[in-house]
Amino acid sequence: MSQFLQISDVTKTFETPRGPYPAIQHCTLSVGQGEFVTLIGHSGCGKSTLLSIVAGLTHPTTGGVILDGKEVTSPGPDRGMVFQQHALLPWLSAHDNVLLAVEEVFPSLSRKDQKDRVMHFLDMVGLIEAAQKYPAELSGGMCQRVGIARALAMRPKVLLLDEPFGALDALTRGHLQDEVLRIWQKFGQTVLMVTHDVDEAILLSDRIALMTNGPGATIGEVVRVDLPRPRNRRVIVGMPAYHDLKVRILEFLYERYELVS
Amino acid sequence: MRSAIPIEKTPATSRARKTVVPAQPSVPPRRRQAPLGEIVLPLVGVALLVGVWAVVSQLAPFLPNPVQTVTKSWDLIRHPFFDRGPNNKGLGWQVLYSLGRVGLGFGLAIVVGIPAGLILGRSSVTRKMWDPVVQVLRPVSPLAWLPLGLATFQAATPAAVFTIFITALWPILLNTSAGVQQVPPAYLQVGRILQLSRRKMMTRILIPAALPHILSGLRVSLGVAWLVIVASEMLTGGVGIGFFVWDEWNNLSLEHIILAIAVIGLVGLGLDRLMLAAARRITNQPLG
Repeated sequence: MSQFLQISDVTKTFETPRGPYPAIQHCTLSVGQGEFVTLIGHSGCGKSTLLSIVAGLTHPTTGGVILDGKEVTSPGPDRGMVFQQHALLPWLSAHDNVLLAVEEVFPSLSRKDQKDRVMHFLDMVGLIEAAQKYPAELSGGMCQRVGIARALAMRPKVLLLDEPFGALDALTRGHLQDEVLRIWQKFGQTVLMVTHDVDEAILLSDRIALMTNGPGATIGEVVRVDLPRPRNRRVIVGMPAYHDLKVRILEFLYERYELVS
Repeated sequence: MRSAIPIEKTPATSRARKTVVPAQPSVPPRRRQAPLGEIVLPLVGVALLVGVWAVVSQLAPFLPNPVQTVTKSWDLIRHPFFDRGPNNKGLGWQVLYSLGRVGLGFGLAIVVGIPAGLILGRSSVTRKMWDPVVQVLRPVSPLAWLPLGLATFQAATPAAVFTIFITALWPILLNTSAGVQQVPPAYLQVGRILQLSRRKMMTRILIPAALPHILSGLRVSLGVAWLVIVASEMLTGGVGIGFFVWDEWNNLSLEHIILAIAVIGLVGLGLDRLMLAAARRITNQPLG
């Protein structure tokens, strides 16, 4: 796989009243085209900061990010982002939230084609019937689906998922994980996800980047998930490879880099 | 208006919804009691007020009692729009003149206040520059501006409009600025990812997100403007409900003043309800 997304030696230092705070240091990671890579670590370790740098929303202090041969300097629709708290605009219906993105990214399409594109992506996440509903009328899981539809409708080169299932109850989370897995398989979409859920990371990822604790967090280890696809959560849980992986990740997170709080 | 429809918290809802339409109970029992709370109780309150007024008017000989008030101002109540020359017009005309001044001053305050608030909300440099000015001018009683208005415009009506403008400006400006500052960062990030132009960022994200704040600022402003118009007309004269009160004081017609107080209150209430209804319509959400 080519190095489609290259994060090179990224360091981010925040200026605080009590002096500079190094959030992340020397993070290097490459993601191949069509690959699903997850960043996992304790909360506050800076994994969301790293994702935000890839999105272009935060500027790295040193180092840089290259996507498909071009350096990331600002946010753009080629990096579709799904936020932890869905970030749908509450005054727009589900349909119009996605339409706003489609309008901006595909201004040359006719109005009808734009709307068709919106409905296509709402259909993909199973929300055709809720298209005219407003975020306040939708459940958390449904909002997150709209968020995913919005990000995918931008036709991003890479889909950035910032703990997209974190705010959901366990059952909804499971459904949505399966949905993302299905979409990823169908489109071969490159995905970079941030999570602190080990099972979620194993279920979805090709590779998992384990982050050490901050301050000065970095990517300590990258493990490959050699489980057959398509994956079914009930089947893979019984596999020895799954168990080994989980033990290895938990050891990293809880023994070598236990959260000091 | 949209109503909040309770939805099951499962992702399968979208497919299953057709089947889960629970039968509504015909009429909820609480509905039947509503007229008592919404009509009878307010009437009891009004009756009590009139009762207290009747008692006080027995003790204070110059204060007209409720019956006197109605009989002596019956002509004004029956003919709100009579016109007997520039100094003798019906209460309806007086109110309309006052509303015209309020509308003009309030309109100017919107035209200046909302854009200024948007700029202040977006730029911390501008905010720091103007904050002391706003903080010093805001608590000044509106009527203190009236002499400056009179001196500047050399006429009563522009001076009154100017006073309304200055008064109505602050709540609009400060609420707009606060509203813009409180826009969730994630909404702005969405705008940045979509590479929205500066203008679209304003019209598609910032203004809609700050709209509830802006509208509640407008509502406060309109209320204060109506408070101030009466006082400023007392000082400037002409046709208007405030001047009417002053005029009737000079005629020692307390009955007409009491009627005017009721009218001022009812118009103020009407303005507030109108503003609230407009706000609800625009934002599609209850604002309290």
